[in-house]
Amino acid sequence: MQREVMFAGFGGQGILLIGNILAHTAMEEGYEVAWVPSYGPEMRGGTAYCLVVISDRPIGSPIIRNPMHLVAMNHPSLEKFAPMVKPNGVVVINSSLIHIGSNRDDVDELLVPANDIANDLGSIKVANIVALGAFVARSKIVDFEVLRKCVQEKFSSKEKLIPINMAAVEEGKKAAR
Amino acid sequence: MGKILMKGNEAIGEAAIRAGCLNYFAYPITPQSEVAEYLSRRMPEVGGVFLQGESEIAVGNMLFGAAGCGARVFTTSSSPGISLMSEAISYISSAQCPVVFVNIVRGGPGLGGILPSQADYFQATKGGGHGDYRLLVMAPASVQEAVEMVMTAFPLAEKYRNPVMILGDGLIGQMMEPVEFPEHLRTEPSNKDDWATNGMDTRKSNKPNLVKSLFLSAELLEEHNVILKAKYDRMKQEEVRYEPYNIDTDYQALIVSFGTMSRVCRTVIDDLKAEGFETAMIRPQTLFPFPEEPIKQAALKESCKIVLSIELNMGQMVEDVERSVQGTRPVHWYGKAGGDVPTPEEVIDVIKSFF
Repeated sequence: MQREVMFAGFGGQGILLIGNILAHTAMEEGYEVAWVPSYGPEMRGGTAYCLVVISDRPIGSPIIRNPMHLVAMNHPSLEKFAPMVKPNGVVVINSSLIHIGSNRDDVDELLVPANDIANDLGSIKVANIVALGAFVARSKIVDFEVLRKCVQEKFSSKEKLIPINMAAVEEGKKAAR
Repeated sequence: MGKILMKGNEAIGEAAIRAGCLNYFAYPITPQSEVAEYLSRRMPEVGGVFLQGESEIAVGNMLFGAAGCGARVFTTSSSPGISLMSEAISYISSAQCPVVFVNIVRGGPGLGGILPSQADYFQATKGGGHGDYRLLVMAPASVQEAVEMVMTAFPLAEKYRNPVMILGDGLIGQMMEPVEFPEHLRTEPSNKDDWATNGMDTRKSNKPNLVKSLFLSAELLEEHNVILKAKYDRMKQEEVRYEPYNIDTDYQALIVSFGTMSRVCRTVIDDLKAEGFETAMIRPQTLFPFPEEPIKQAALKESCKIVLSIELNMGQMVEDVERSVQGTRPVHWYGKAGGDVPTPEEVIDVIKSFF
């Protein structure tokens, strides 16, 4: 079984990072993974997205038009990618910045005010981790405990950032209830 | 050591170090600049040399000089950069120096674009530079395979005293996949005293070595080219590498595809199989030498009606596929050259249009 997750938002929102953490988590669980970034010509502050493919057998084409799930961190990325999500996929919407819905009645839409939650934790920079926590909790795409371990590992070289990021994962999980 | 998640470009840099290559000269160009970024940090850590040349032309000649002195050396670049190095590649080939080149191909011609492309197939396999020379060309289809090919490239370059080219594309360079590196470092080979200008200290004989590509007399140049040809013929005998896929079935179409495009084709073959329609693939891992005989044999299977060369360009490898199939089956080409990698669905539509 193959599952694909599109992470999308502004450059600077840490989109590539949360894709990386999810890919790492899935790899730790023994899955085949591929992380494909958008690297086309983009201006500073333009859209950034990455696709994570998780599979239990070798991954064929890593280029996917219709991902199973979407984590949209800003308005343009929801508009662009929501129509492409496969039916029954999870669509996480950062409702702090996006004031519309996915306009789909065949997906599992989850509104997470990621920026507000991150601000309450003390730094808007962890909004991406909040969204990641919410997405994993809702989709159960990987084991949440392994995700915790991988978030911690990702920040192991910047130890003072570990507590706030761990808190962000937990708050994301709560928001997914 | 377990698996780690790594970007193709960074994995290529690490693989070269682990293959025992401690000299890297390069000039940055998208989509492979992360190799230089990675090695600018990593080479000093392992006591190696990282050197950014003032241009790709300079880099090509630095590689020639270092390899001629017996150093293990490599570079990475992308299409227009390889064009600039091509004069040096011709000289290096003639002078029989082992150098590893990695081309993370971008779309062309001219400045083109930075998205995945296989438009340098001709450049890599048929020349690029002037004169009768061949590169040993390998094309990885995953980050792990890129690592393995880089590590194989150095011993092969030294075995044949010939440049080896690894032809990747933007996706292989930019994508992250799990990779595993072998534990041990390769050691320096000891066979260079016979030919390299590596100083007289270690040599048993007093005969000076000469690294050159100038042969003004017809007789000597003829002799030199015959020696080179024998080497390329030996590569054809000993170094053909390819991966068959779904080849034990009664397939109706045979696909020939390499690198990133071959991954899409693998999905195509799986999806068509689920529909009850069998297709198969020969994936060349070496583009020169080309797997002519395996493709010929696979095309001759009775169930096989057509052969398709599917490439990220406007039809280059298809000429080698036609040459291999030798008219025994109709050969068609499909591809795109703008950087937009065809989806499995697009390829399936193309295959179905022939039946």
